[in-house]
Amino acid sequence: MRRVSTDVFIVGAGGAGMYAAVSACRSGAEVFLADKSLISRGGATIMAQMTVAAAVGHQEADHWTHHLADTLEAGHGLCNEKLARILCEEAPARIMEMEQWKVGWARDKAGRFCQVMAPGHQVSRCVYADFLNTGPAVARALRGEVAQREGITRASGLNVLDVVVRNGRAVGAIGMDVESGEIILIEAGAVILAAGGLTRLYRRNSASVNMAGEAYAIALRAGAELVDMEFVQFFPIGHLAPRMVGMDPIMWDPFRYKLGGRLLNGHFEEFIQNYGGSDEGVYTARRDLASYAIYKEREAGRASPHGGAWLSFEHIPEETLKANFGPVIGKLEKNNIDLTKQPIEVSPIAHYHMGGIRVDEEMATSIPGLFAAGEAVGGANGATRLSGNAIPEAFVFGDRAGKFAATAARFLGRGRVFDEDADELLEAIQTHLRTDEEADGGAAAVMKDLQDVMEDHVGLIRNGPAMERGLARIREMISQDLANIKIRKTDPFNQSLQDWLELRNALQCAEAVALTASKRPESRGAHQREDMPEAKPELERNQVVRLNGTMLETEWVDVVKSDWTLHDRVLATI
Amino acid sequence: MTVSNKTAKVTIIRGAKGQKTYEESFDVPFEEGASILDALTWIRSHRDSSIAFRYSCVNANACKECMVLVNNKVDYACTARLEETGVTVGPLKNKRLIRDLVTDIVPPKERFLDV
Repeated sequence: MRRVSTDVFIVGAGGAGMYAAVSACRSGAEVFLADKSLISRGGATIMAQMTVAAAVGHQEADHWTHHLADTLEAGHGLCNEKLARILCEEAPARIMEMEQWKVGWARDKAGRFCQVMAPGHQVSRCVYADFLNTGPAVARALRGEVAQREGITRASGLNVLDVVVRNGRAVGAIGMDVESGEIILIEAGAVILAAGGLTRLYRRNSASVNMAGEAYAIALRAGAELVDMEFVQFFPIGHLAPRMVGMDPIMWDPFRYKLGGRLLNGHFEEFIQNYGGSDEGVYTARRDLASYAIYKEREAGRASPHGGAWLSFEHIPEETLKANFGPVIGKLEKNNIDLTKQPIEVSPIAHYHMGGIRVDEEMATSIPGLFAAGEAVGGANGATRLSGNAIPEAFVFGDRAGKFAATAARFLGRGRVFDEDADELLEAIQTHLRTDEEADGGAAAVMKDLQDVMEDHVGLIRNGPAMERGLARIREMISQDLANIKIRKTDPFNQSLQDWLELRNALQCAEAVALTASKRPESRGAHQREDMPEAKPELERNQVVRLNGTMLETEWVDVVKSDWTLHDRVLATI
Repeated sequence: MTVSNKTAKVTIIRGAKGQKTYEESFDVPFEEGASILDALTWIRSHRDSSIAFRYSCVNANACKECMVLVNNKVDYACTARLEETGVTVGPLKNKRLIRDLVTDIVPPKERFLDV
């Protein structure tokens, strides 16, 4: 089998993976960066439209401790305070570094960064790139930085299937060249999992296609632990109707709080205030509250025609709309949407995963040599993520993972991976491969079923019996559906095989989400149970999940607290 | 959602490198405003799981991976609309064909294996 050897191997080339590559490289490591899609194109980063939270204080006085206070508030008591502190404290430096790398944050006439208010923030804190171009701008800047460093080798179209652990440390990984199907063994001093995100497990999602929980499933199989897997963030006003193409479904949010779009039920009445929110004229109700309110209005029979809520900009002058939407107005026109004449329909959509791989402040997992970065990391955001924290998380955690993985690689030395390490996986693939035309790939269809199961049983609003049914069905899908799928042997670029490999990860991940969700008997943040609507003080703890043989096991652990005097001081200043 | 009984014929130019290409047609449920990518993913889930095409960001037109020929014109599958009168989708002509709608759009320095 073909082999490649490196100091630091990075799985996933979105914002976190690319930042980690640059960071590991400047720490002196040789880096190999792989993505199953194209470098910088796959993953979540490129989808980002707007807000990047960092206390740079260009528009009003701000300090990272205030950002931390808002992050902890959103996390409903479950944030790993050390990770949250790192995120907020280091975000300004990363934002400034990105500016040196020519990301082009939007600036006002005085040359300061524009910073907008976003839900849950006490001040205008979020930088962005115009218009709705934050993700592509970030991806382009980082792609450039990665490309100009000779110490970084890039591989697009390399699907990483598993991390290899020997004698208790990560020694490398097993990859597959997507085009040829050839197995590639990667020998490394340290491995960083930067392929986070699992929202494609849901029917309505704002994910890119390769966000089916790969990083979490690989981490589980490697023996690492996951934390907070029950907390999946739903974005309240994902686009619902009319059909719109060429735009991210979560595009409406920045306009809603910039211009004051009105959120109305099927009877064209405002309703957030009936659920304890104060939205009038401010439009910054917390995301979980807005999602819950839209769901409840639908339950009460007051939904918009397609089952969501109306979002109206009709009261805003056309000139103001044009000035703020810029070229987006043209894209809307192509979709036959005229905001001056019609409201559009929105409803909650799976958007981000708070849970993830359990790491320490160096982004190290419990397995020596195995690290995580970006959305793959669990803990910093607790039970709900503050808006704008995902991109700084990619930068900050990417930077740290790269730095500390480089150190670990020096200390551990490059590992060895043997042909036999791939045997089990190759055997599993062989038993599913069929050459005959009758063989039905089926994995893509099962993935659709899984999305329904997750949306309907472990979705926005949950209850005990539904979650139990969902978990049972997921386990049945693992033991039967996945086992019975026949992969068509259609080379090169065997899509059926890639779909099967993805489904294998998606199901493992879905089981972890459903299991931890069913074991949390309360409502908190993004985990809302209609049968147990209150938060319980004694459950202000995190759930850890790990693989024991083939079975997942869970454990309650205490929340990682930071410096409490600091915390108290921060809250006192607001 | 509004469900109609209308269908649209989607013809895909298929085949792998070194093989003769052929056309294969599928009847796909037609909904107002649907994209070519919607049709392709429907075919993969419901008719033929082996059809190869690239895409990443699904609908946002951010990743630019889904570029194909739609009725012989270069377009993005995620933004080109499905027409009730039918449509032919093929691989880009100026790129090396890999299989079906997948062509080699990987920048040379991001290629791990020699082609």
